[in-house]
Amino acid sequence: MTSPDSPAPDRPAIAEGLFFRLGSEPALRGAECAECGCVTFPYQNSCPRCTASAMSELPLPRTGRLWSWTVQGFPPKSPPYASDIPFGPYGVGYIDLGVVLVESRLTEHRPSLLRIGMPMEVVTIAWGDRVSFAFAPVEENR
Amino acid sequence: MNQRIALVGFGMHPFGRHPVSGMAQGVAAAKEALRDAGTEWPAMQFAVGGSVAAGNADAIVAELGLTGVPFINVVNGCATGGSALGTAVHMIASGAHDVGLVVGFDDHPKGAFNPPPSAFGLPDWYGETGLMLTTQFFGFKIQRYLHDYEIPAKLLRTISAKAFRNGALNDNAWRRKPLTEDEIGASTMLADPLTQYMFCSPGSGAVAMVVCRAEIAHRFTSQPILLQACELRSRRFGTFEVFSPWLFPDRTDSVSTDASLAAFESAGIAPADVDVVQLQDTDTGAEMMHLAECGFCQHGEQTELIASGATEIGGTLPVNTDGGCLANGEPIGASGLRQVYEIALQLRGRAGARQVPGTPRIGFTHVYGAPGISCCTVLTT
Repeated sequence: MTSPDSPAPDRPAIAEGLFFRLGSEPALRGAECAECGCVTFPYQNSCPRCTASAMSELPLPRTGRLWSWTVQGFPPKSPPYASDIPFGPYGVGYIDLGVVLVESRLTEHRPSLLRIGMPMEVVTIAWGDRVSFAFAPVEENR
Repeated sequence: MNQRIALVGFGMHPFGRHPVSGMAQGVAAAKEALRDAGTEWPAMQFAVGGSVAAGNADAIVAELGLTGVPFINVVNGCATGGSALGTAVHMIASGAHDVGLVVGFDDHPKGAFNPPPSAFGLPDWYGETGLMLTTQFFGFKIQRYLHDYEIPAKLLRTISAKAFRNGALNDNAWRRKPLTEDEIGASTMLADPLTQYMFCSPGSGAVAMVVCRAEIAHRFTSQPILLQACELRSRRFGTFEVFSPWLFPDRTDSVSTDASLAAFESAGIAPADVDVVQLQDTDTGAEMMHLAECGFCQHGEQTELIASGATEIGGTLPVNTDGGCLANGEPIGASGLRQVYEIALQLRGRAGARQVPGTPRIGFTHVYGAPGISCCTVLTT
């Protein structure tokens, strides 16, 4: 059994092209519109703002601030949920990275330790025999 | 609207969990609507129906009669019922038909909705890693809203208690037991700050109505309800909607604001004129936010508005007098039509124990749901 929060740099990503691995540090792979500058996550081929089709890939900032959060308090149905560890409540949130806000699992699920505006950074987490991403409170890792 | 539209007959199968199929409930609602309009199925020149999880709506012709009627199935996410009604409006407004039947029914498995990500154009990992839940969206949205407008979280309990209190007065409701604010607050936390009794549940139920040109409404009833507007909108760029892996940093007005503005403009009626309101209350936070998004108050004014009792049945702005989604559950195909049914009951003075006092003349309904769509109606006597 693997912990969802343990880093596992050697395993394949849960989806191809979801994030870059800069050494041991991940960066989510977004798309930036050459026409209007809109940034999306994940990567997509055309711009939902200006409708142009000139997107280029962009490593998203690795750190940002928690814009909103909640805690998933009941086991999601499978499918689509696919986890090999017993369910426990997990935190989820939107992290404001400046150019875009991304939705993500959080490594923290205790409400008393989550607050809007707190600094967070992206990390990899083991997901079965693959690797996904999450955001962790910056204080945890410093 | 160029062509005036009237609703002249209404039918409902009680919402909740029943041993009969969603489709059978649809048949029952259709028959009741036809009876209420003093007409019969063969008189229907067209039909529009919607169901997301209980089969093709047009299959009910096997029970109602194979008359050859043109029957259109509508499936449009959480706005399925509203879209069915809107389609009927356009069929009459185009001059193609004079009278037809609209029906919506559904029957969902227990527990939160779990659609496949691909159905919403989303990658599989979004569902696999546990991000694709509508409950999370409502938690995120109200968490941020309470923070931005400094609204106390206990207001969520007050809204929930009202829903179950109103549901207790409604024989067709699923949840008919009043709950105290303490019981609501102490129930299982599902998506902080929202507890179990602050969320509605997917369920079953059916609603049908007979729709016609207003000029011929007198043939069916002495109490027609005029559909002054029925407006459907999908999300614009920059809004915050359910199932969004990312958001643009500068957000714009919600799709609910777009749809409600369009409905009020089309009807030539302002929010201040409305006597009785139905708002999408997938959760109590949604009712709170939709009050402002649909123009009934400014953002942040809800604390005072709700504490004053304005949204109670006897208040100045009664909201979800039948208990809303919280007390009735959310059978998607029927839910938006339930709202119209309740407003019609109120405007006809037939709401019994939950009748809004005085003589309500103008009503409003609002649906919101995945994937960021909203349908609003304005109804008058």
